Amino acid sequence: MTTIVTKLRVEDKLYQNRYLVDSGRPHIKVRPHERPSATLLALTRVCPAKCYELNDRGQVEIAADGCMECGTCRILCEASGEITWNYPRGGFGVLFKFG
Amino acid sequence: MTEQKFDAIVIGAGMSGNAAAYTMASQGLKVLQLERGEYPGSKNVQGAIMYADMLEKIIPNFRDDAPLERHLVEQRFWIMDDTSHTGVHYRSEDFNEVKPNRYTIIRTQFDKWFSRKVREAGATVLCETTVTELVRDTKGKVIGVCTDRAGGVVFADVIVLAEGVNGLLGTRAGLRESPKPETVALAVKEMHFLPEEVIEQRFGLKADEGCVIEAAGTISRSMAGLAFLYTNKESVSLGIGCLVSAFTSTMESPYVLLDAFRNHPSIRPLIEGSEVKEYAAHLIPEGGYKAIPQLFGDGWVVVGDAAQLNNAVHREGSNLAMTSGRIAGEAIVQLKSRMDPMTKQNLALYKTMLDESFVVKDLIKYKDMPALLHTNSRNFFMTYPQLMSKAAQNFMRVDGTPKLEKERATIADFIRARSRWGLVSDAVRLAFAWR
Repeated sequence: MTTIVTKLRVEDKLYQNRYLVDSGRPHIKVRPHERPSATLLALTRVCPAKCYELNDRGQVEIAADGCMECGTCRILCEASGEITWNYPRGGFGVLFKFG
Repeated sequence: MTEQKFDAIVIGAGMSGNAAAYTMASQGLKVLQLERGEYPGSKNVQGAIMYADMLEKIIPNFRDDAPLERHLVEQRFWIMDDTSHTGVHYRSEDFNEVKPNRYTIIRTQFDKWFSRKVREAGATVLCETTVTELVRDTKGKVIGVCTDRAGGVVFADVIVLAEGVNGLLGTRAGLRESPKPETVALAVKEMHFLPEEVIEQRFGLKADEGCVIEAAGTISRSMAGLAFLYTNKESVSLGIGCLVSAFTSTMESPYVLLDAFRNHPSIRPLIEGSEVKEYAAHLIPEGGYKAIPQLFGDGWVVVGDAAQLNNAVHREGSNLAMTSGRIAGEAIVQLKSRMDPMTKQNLALYKTMLDESFVVKDLIKYKDMPALLHTNSRNFFMTYPQLMSKAAQNFMRVDGTPKLEKERATIADFIRARSRWGLVSDAVRLAFAWR
């Protein structure tokens, strides 16, 4: 129950932000896996935009539309190859109004 | 994109990139600045406090038209537990001076202003342009960049990497390592809008005066972290940050911490009734002196957050960024005026000049602080705050217990929590790290 409440809150927060989503070209991808590593699993808690979710098969999935491009997941999971991280194309992604 | 060659290409339009581009362009160099955001500042996040001295060294009359929010007259340091705060406050009329020392700013607005100055100085600024790759010659010297715009390679004598803490280019090109989870903090922030007069009433401020609160304690749930509240003109920036490695080991969520801070009984009344208009997240370099990478090479220099230049103890980052950008720009101007090539050997001038500045001197002073606070985070961010709150409450509460007994109880609490040896050792280590 608490997780649902938290999820709604993060989405409410992100709703205030401005994004230009590059449809069909996500800038972060999760490598297909059977079971996520502890670090990959941690992204479901640590990502400040809650982009990472566990699906019913126990795998970590990403929906990068609300990403604020902080790079936390890159710091944690790029070296192991579990995710690939690129900047969105120029002009796309989060557009902070105040920063 | 044009086929011409530039004296310098600056990658990124944050504090360090703008400082570098402005410094070089105003000295007549042909400068191209590339920014991946729609407008300068659109990818940038800061608390934010701006330090006048460092900006004055770049744009002396910035007060004429820079978008400044409030000049700071009061600083509050708080140690918090779940229901209380113990604080040291400093407020002085001396801060109401003709040229105030510190201002709150809103980064996106500030960066747009700074970028306008860069363009007025003569630099070419291209937004919505992501640099995808550094181009090198056969000897490995960096000679240009590829972007995601059509038009191929753009060449320059030197590339200034001002790509921020999460800079991909320099790390992918092997010029420096990616930051480690132990050397960066993840900070989240909300912008709470309130009427100007409400902010002034709640913080006891006159027009343009500002107040900041910086708080540590159980709000970071035993992680090494810091929360902040900065007053802007018509908004309050509220945020909290902790080490990335701490987040993964505790599995805490940053937005849960931010909500707890916002709802803390000491904070809630200050922002009651606000309208939140943005939620932002950003990494902050926390590794200090020991995390500074190689700063220059054949055809390139790295500045600002990308170079991990951040003073975590004093919470200074943008001024180190600005200063490193300015110094890199000045070094490049010097080399250019002597017609010296932008080799690794010559660009070492940038590091020599940076070593002489407050930037590196301050980071050397606190070189042992990150390790101390990070490895002893439970003591410094949980145990001591709780002990201090209990001691303060014991001191204030009048309940018929003789004062001597109260004092003994407080001392016993400290010894029980950390042992005599632990208390002495914490004090000594803290003193040495501060030295």
